[in-house]
Amino acid sequence: MAQRMVGATGPATVERDEDYRLAARRRAARHTKWASFGFLVPVAVYAMVFFVYPIVRTGQLSLQDYTFMSYFTGQADFVGLANYGTIFGHLLFPKVVVNTVAFTVVSLFFQFALGLALAVFFSKKFPLSALFRSLILVPWLLPVIVSATTWRWMFYKDYGIINSLLGTHIGWLSDPSWSLWAVIIANIWLGIPFNLVLLYGGLQAIPEGLYEAAALDGAGPWRQFGSISWPLLKPVTMVTLLLGLVYTIKAFDIIWVITRGGPVDSSQTLATWSYKLSFEGGTGQSLSLGGTVATLLFLVALALGLLYIRTQRKEMLS
Amino acid sequence: MRRPRSRGWLNSVIGLVLCAGLLFPLYWMINVSLTKASDLVRQPPLLFPVNPTFSGYQLAIDKNLGALATSLTIAVATVFVTLAVALPAAYGMSKLRAPGSGGLMFILLLAQMIPSVVLVTALFALYKQLGLLNTMFGLVLADSTASVPFAIILLQAFMRTIPDELLEAARIDGAGRVRTFTAIVVPLSRNAVVTASLFAFLFAWGDFLNAQTLTSGNKITPITLALFRFIGAESTNWNAVMASAVLASIPATVLLVFAQKYVAAGVTAGAVKD
Repeated sequence: MAQRMVGATGPATVERDEDYRLAARRRAARHTKWASFGFLVPVAVYAMVFFVYPIVRTGQLSLQDYTFMSYFTGQADFVGLANYGTIFGHLLFPKVVVNTVAFTVVSLFFQFALGLALAVFFSKKFPLSALFRSLILVPWLLPVIVSATTWRWMFYKDYGIINSLLGTHIGWLSDPSWSLWAVIIANIWLGIPFNLVLLYGGLQAIPEGLYEAAALDGAGPWRQFGSISWPLLKPVTMVTLLLGLVYTIKAFDIIWVITRGGPVDSSQTLATWSYKLSFEGGTGQSLSLGGTVATLLFLVALALGLLYIRTQRKEMLS
Repeated sequence: MRRPRSRGWLNSVIGLVLCAGLLFPLYWMINVSLTKASDLVRQPPLLFPVNPTFSGYQLAIDKNLGALATSLTIAVATVFVTLAVALPAAYGMSKLRAPGSGGLMFILLLAQMIPSVVLVTALFALYKQLGLLNTMFGLVLADSTASVPFAIILLQAFMRTIPDELLEAARIDGAGRVRTFTAIVVPLSRNAVVTASLFAFLFAWGDFLNAQTLTSGNKITPITLALFRFIGAESTNWNAVMASAVLASIPATVLLVFAQKYVAAGVTAGAVKD
């Protein structure tokens, strides 16, 4: 602001007096600039300590040999990329990658599809629509631990409601071929409100006149969705999917509480595996191996995050 | 798609069914919390608490009341830390256009994407060196990493809508930048401050990973951690486990009922949690 004022003043012929004032203003502007930076100092320090440093430190851990002793001494030797070799060659690595991809893709697909269907449904005007819509958000605001604990009990083999409703006797939590499905189902449920909110917002932004015109031209609801809602929703769809992708790939609580990544690592993803390697391995645990997996996970999240910011920026420009 | 309300009430019924289906797990949590331990091993399970008991709540309160108090302390402290960092930052970025605002915004957007397991691994190593493991201070700071970027993005978007003329008028009246900030910008941003506080509270209340990693023993046990340990310890008293889960849900429910306007504002701002 102050800068703009400086630029706006100063006709070609300035008197001495005016000259002084201009210089003073320029000084003030410079002062303003640095004084306003003062307001950013706390957050700059904060961001360095809590966002930049942790990434550097995790990367650094991945290049060291942080053994069980290191938890006590704090000392760890530099070992180059040896940890990456260990992780890539790890028996579990392919399985964990496949699990992570399956968990992410299947969760995302159903969260999005169900969220979209609900958003379309709630876009209709009917009595109590707003009330139902806000009630559906409740699970989103609860601690994930609460929802996860509830699902864990619902999944119990013998007394769980899910087997009872399905008339099955599946060991959701104890059978390695089902455990990943258990956490995926719970995670889909967890993500529906988020998708509903974003997509509902996107649908609201589409001018109603378009639908009216289409209806006059004889387009039915499916046609209206295919020719109006879906194409006009595309930017919101992109954002929803990208954000959903980032949040799903780093999901930890829901898996940890329901299965702890087990049984026998059958529902382990990169996030839970990293945690297990760092903190749950007893004398074999290593912040370096955990940090290596964490760094890989971070790189994936970073790529997606950059893609998201790029999409957003394009969105803002257009 | 949007058509006149001819079939209005039919849609209401469908809406009710969808809503009930999606909220079923929450109903189940309450149902189990009120069911006798002996009835919990029935097959098929009882769909209603036929002989309701409050013994689950009794045990849950006996065991976990302290944890609820701990969570409350942590969450309130996190709100203060978040506002202390976010308010000046948002003002500097939106109204003063301080140097470095753009870069900072970029970092904050990316910070929201950092997997919490990455942060907590590094914070564990750092806290170990600094002696911050098992401290309230350390845990509050760790919890604030989820709310600070969100709060800044929300607050600065709101502050942008405050007319520059207003701040200019204050300056002409002799108010400095700090005074303009405390006397005009912050009070005018009240609604956004409430929304940011509310979500900072909920994020901290819901934290599990930080507490699980950065504390040990029983010195600092928030309700989420207590609940997690309770699952293992009370494998036969699932009504008490579920009663604890219900207690842990109280703040979110209360806020949703009494501060719905602010929750909605945060939700539409793209409030996100992991």
